[in-house]
Amino acid sequence: MRPFTYSRAASVEEAAKTAATQGARFIAGGTNLLDLMKLQIETPTHLIDVNHLGLDRIEPTAEGGLKIGAMVRNTDLAADKTVRRDYAVLSRALLAGASGQLRNKATTGGNLLQRTRCPYFYDTRMPCNKRQPGSGCGAIKGMSRSLAILGTSDACIAQHPSDMAVALRLLDAQVDAVGADGGRRSIPIADFHLLPGETPHIENALKPGELITSVTLPKPLGGTHVYRKVRDRASYAFALVSVAAVFGKDGRSRFAFGGIGAKPWRTDAADAAAPSGAAAVAEAALSGARPTAQNAFKQQLTARTLASLYRQKGA
Amino acid sequence: MKFDTPATTNPIDRGRVIGIPHDRIDGPAKVTGTAPYAYERHDAAPNAAYGWIVGSAIAKGRIGAIDLRAAEAAPGVLGIVTHQNAGPLGKGNFNTAHLLGGPQIEHYEQAVALVIADTLENARDAARLVRIDYAPEQGRFDLAAERDKGVPPPPGFGGPADTKTGDFEAGFAKAAVKIDQSYTTPDQSHAMMEPHATTAAWNGDKLTLWTSNQMIAWSVGEMAKTLKIPPENIRLVSPYIGGGFGAKLWVRADALLAALGSRMIGRPVKVAIARPQIPNNTVHRPATIQRIRIGADKQGVIDAIAHEVWSGDLPGGGAETAAQQTRLLYRGPNRLTTHRLSTLDLPEGNAMRAPGEAVGLLALEVAMDELAEACGVDPVELRIRNDVQYDPEAGPQRPFSSRKLIECLREGAERFGWNRRNPKPGQVRDGRWLVGMGVASAFRNNLVGKSGARIGVDAEGHVIVETDMTDIGTGSYTIIAQTAAEMMGVPLEAVTVRLGDSRFPVSAGSGGQWGANSSTAGVYAAAMALRAKLAEKAGFPADKALFEDGLIRLGNQSQPLATLAGREGLWAEDSMEFGDLDKRYAQATFGAHFCEVGVDIDTAEVRVRRMGGAFAAGRILNPKSARSQVIGAMTMGVGAALMEELSVDTRFGFFVNHDMAEYLVPVHADIPQQDVLFIDELDDKSSPMKAKGVGELGICGAGAAVANAIYNATGVRLRDYPLTIDKILAAQRVA
Repeated sequence: MRPFTYSRAASVEEAAKTAATQGARFIAGGTNLLDLMKLQIETPTHLIDVNHLGLDRIEPTAEGGLKIGAMVRNTDLAADKTVRRDYAVLSRALLAGASGQLRNKATTGGNLLQRTRCPYFYDTRMPCNKRQPGSGCGAIKGMSRSLAILGTSDACIAQHPSDMAVALRLLDAQVDAVGADGGRRSIPIADFHLLPGETPHIENALKPGELITSVTLPKPLGGTHVYRKVRDRASYAFALVSVAAVFGKDGRSRFAFGGIGAKPWRTDAADAAAPSGAAAVAEAALSGARPTAQNAFKQQLTARTLASLYRQKGA
Repeated sequence: MKFDTPATTNPIDRGRVIGIPHDRIDGPAKVTGTAPYAYERHDAAPNAAYGWIVGSAIAKGRIGAIDLRAAEAAPGVLGIVTHQNAGPLGKGNFNTAHLLGGPQIEHYEQAVALVIADTLENARDAARLVRIDYAPEQGRFDLAAERDKGVPPPPGFGGPADTKTGDFEAGFAKAAVKIDQSYTTPDQSHAMMEPHATTAAWNGDKLTLWTSNQMIAWSVGEMAKTLKIPPENIRLVSPYIGGGFGAKLWVRADALLAALGSRMIGRPVKVAIARPQIPNNTVHRPATIQRIRIGADKQGVIDAIAHEVWSGDLPGGGAETAAQQTRLLYRGPNRLTTHRLSTLDLPEGNAMRAPGEAVGLLALEVAMDELAEACGVDPVELRIRNDVQYDPEAGPQRPFSSRKLIECLREGAERFGWNRRNPKPGQVRDGRWLVGMGVASAFRNNLVGKSGARIGVDAEGHVIVETDMTDIGTGSYTIIAQTAAEMMGVPLEAVTVRLGDSRFPVSAGSGGQWGANSSTAGVYAAAMALRAKLAEKAGFPADKALFEDGLIRLGNQSQPLATLAGREGLWAEDSMEFGDLDKRYAQATFGAHFCEVGVDIDTAEVRVRRMGGAFAAGRILNPKSARSQVIGAMTMGVGAALMEELSVDTRFGFFVNHDMAEYLVPVHADIPQQDVLFIDELDDKSSPMKAKGVGELGICGAGAAVANAIYNATGVRLRDYPLTIDKILAAQRVA
């Protein structure tokens, strides 16, 4: 960990303004950032604490949706009555992630920004284009079993590790942010996370200094909400494959996927294939997959997981 | 005291304290945070500086140049140890690679420097500024590729490399039923809770190491050899240990570098090996490739059995002796076991909980399941048919001291409801789960070792025991207190136990599940000496006197121990030495594991639903902590079966998943109800305690029971551990 300075922002505008300076980072729950700082994967020189800016409320919106403050803890969000009733897939996704202790600290905004769990990203002696642009990718021909098969590039096959973000992608959330100039905007979740391309170190659409203030959900979808996470042990492990789904009464359904994509994965084609069954959804979702020998099984596992959801839906 | 004839009735047989379930007496200190661990010895070594280990960035090669200027100029840095300034160092007999590397690099993450600073953060930060130029060399990292270059390893704890009895090839050739399969097990990490950690301080030429170590006397010798100083100048203190599983049988880089660092800066230095460094810096259980051939008649009675094992290690290292149990577990006149060791430049392989058997049984007990199916014999019955009451390599002249495998299988099966198992795989459904049951035998050798203790009674009648025995979370404190209480006729609360200090008499230490039986036998010996002293003082014949209720009694005469001890107290010291009873008799512990799993019909997720086991391991000294040992080991067996694997990157030569986020071990949600039954057994050839070890028995065979249950659930036979979703899906596709 490099020495760093620390300040508490007095307002979101001030936080964003300060954060635009070189080497500054926001700190919220710190569950990911502090680990990365200890390993010197992240080396901020200044931390701006945004925990005390009133960003911890969950409020209904005029449009019938829900506005979730960026500092709402994962535990609180998962337990919120409205979320449990109207956006159950989000609650289930949150509870499938991390551990109780981590969820008590981890925030909504921070979860969206958590970084990959690729083991080559985590060992600073190894090549990694995401950690050190231009150094190469250790994973493509290395231990890639847990890594992404969709949206990858020749520079990076890291998977996006979040469960929460998969549910938000499913729900068409908007990420609300304030910029260094004080300007506010909302970014559709589909556009929020970026594919690696040749710049895997650039992971989202936020501009320097831009601070997530809230996540806004549109009005409830209804239907049956499911989050199914398949992993190597029963709890406290990242997804090999996860599927977030809302099955509508009208036969229309939507799906988003975790563990397989460079970002939370969702395609129109997969949603459109819903009436044709699990195999069709899988085929549509996995179109363009570029697996390695080690993670090719994720294609079959995605199809099997969808089959399981369809089976349970019928039951 | 020498133990060379079978034990007769002795004070332990009273069973007033021994054999009764007791909470661990060190529990309150541990849960209140007052038990001092090695990295927290502010009390003993105040003002310690912090060391941070720099690990090699290459797996094999040489250090060209080291540039310390930036690191030395960093805030708070007090000194940096490298091979260039450490002075001449030796190497312990138990270390394969040097604990401080350079200029030669023997494996990835081998320590190449220790940066010492006033705070942990400054040391860790400055460590990043150490610049090292490496000249990498091509290494060998792929066991499968190196397998055929393997040579017989030197004999060690596991016995000779090869054994032959009868004529295996001839017996196998004419067998009615043949099994011939290969199995693989991966490299595994001990993943104990407390990392390797040491606080070191020098006083003149005397060194004290507060460290986390299983074997005090060995490690004093190893440190003396490495530092090239007399062993009497080293004190090693290790009263509390947060798990070891074999990783702390030997001194590691934390101990050596803390000592060197402290010598350099003239101040106590403490060093912990950071969690992400542990898998590559320290030791691991080596991967194996195993081939098993079994020839049997149509009833499943074995006529020929062969177990061949391949593993790898650094030059000068040892083999994973995975065929050990196959030498002793089942009958059959024609037998063959071999071990071959290849050179690999991966980090050092070494002992991990039940070295040999833990992975050997993952193969053998699946092969037995395959034989049972091939013969159409129930797997429990098959094992019973192949029981043998003597060492099948040596013949009937070397019987087992006690062997209750059949009782374990029968009683275990009864308790588990084995008769509800459908022998045809893939038949039982419960919702989305395919359900199956598996069984496996448990076997682990019973090793014994010389063990000493000092025991005293003070003017209050309080009994104190001192021995360098360690408690690695196993419950040594409690069983030693129980032994002393039983021997001296005082309540458990009247006993104080002091462990893990090289100033105390040398014990057998903790390893190979030899600690409990051997160390309590040492306390028994010392207590017999103290009883003799007290009897003499009382004027009673020692062999007639009774020790109970804090008194020594003869007929209707009695005297309080407190009075006899007087103000000075009365002390005695002795050790238990073991004769050749373990040569004349095969000594081992036995058990039977039963497991029920569910396998998701779509996703192939495996969930263990129930585990049960019956175990025979001599007298169970403390049924409560023994059960804890067994269920912990069963849990580790689930890990070995389903998830534990250090993944080798054969390009860079290192274990990639070197932290607890990526090296998975079971969490609570993976572990269901576990039922443990101890079969009544007293082994009079093991020691006067009539006990045997139980700390490793529980892992032996547990994973195979899981694997066999998966087969019974799905009809998919997997032989490549761990049995992960991707492998089950692939096998289902073929099937």
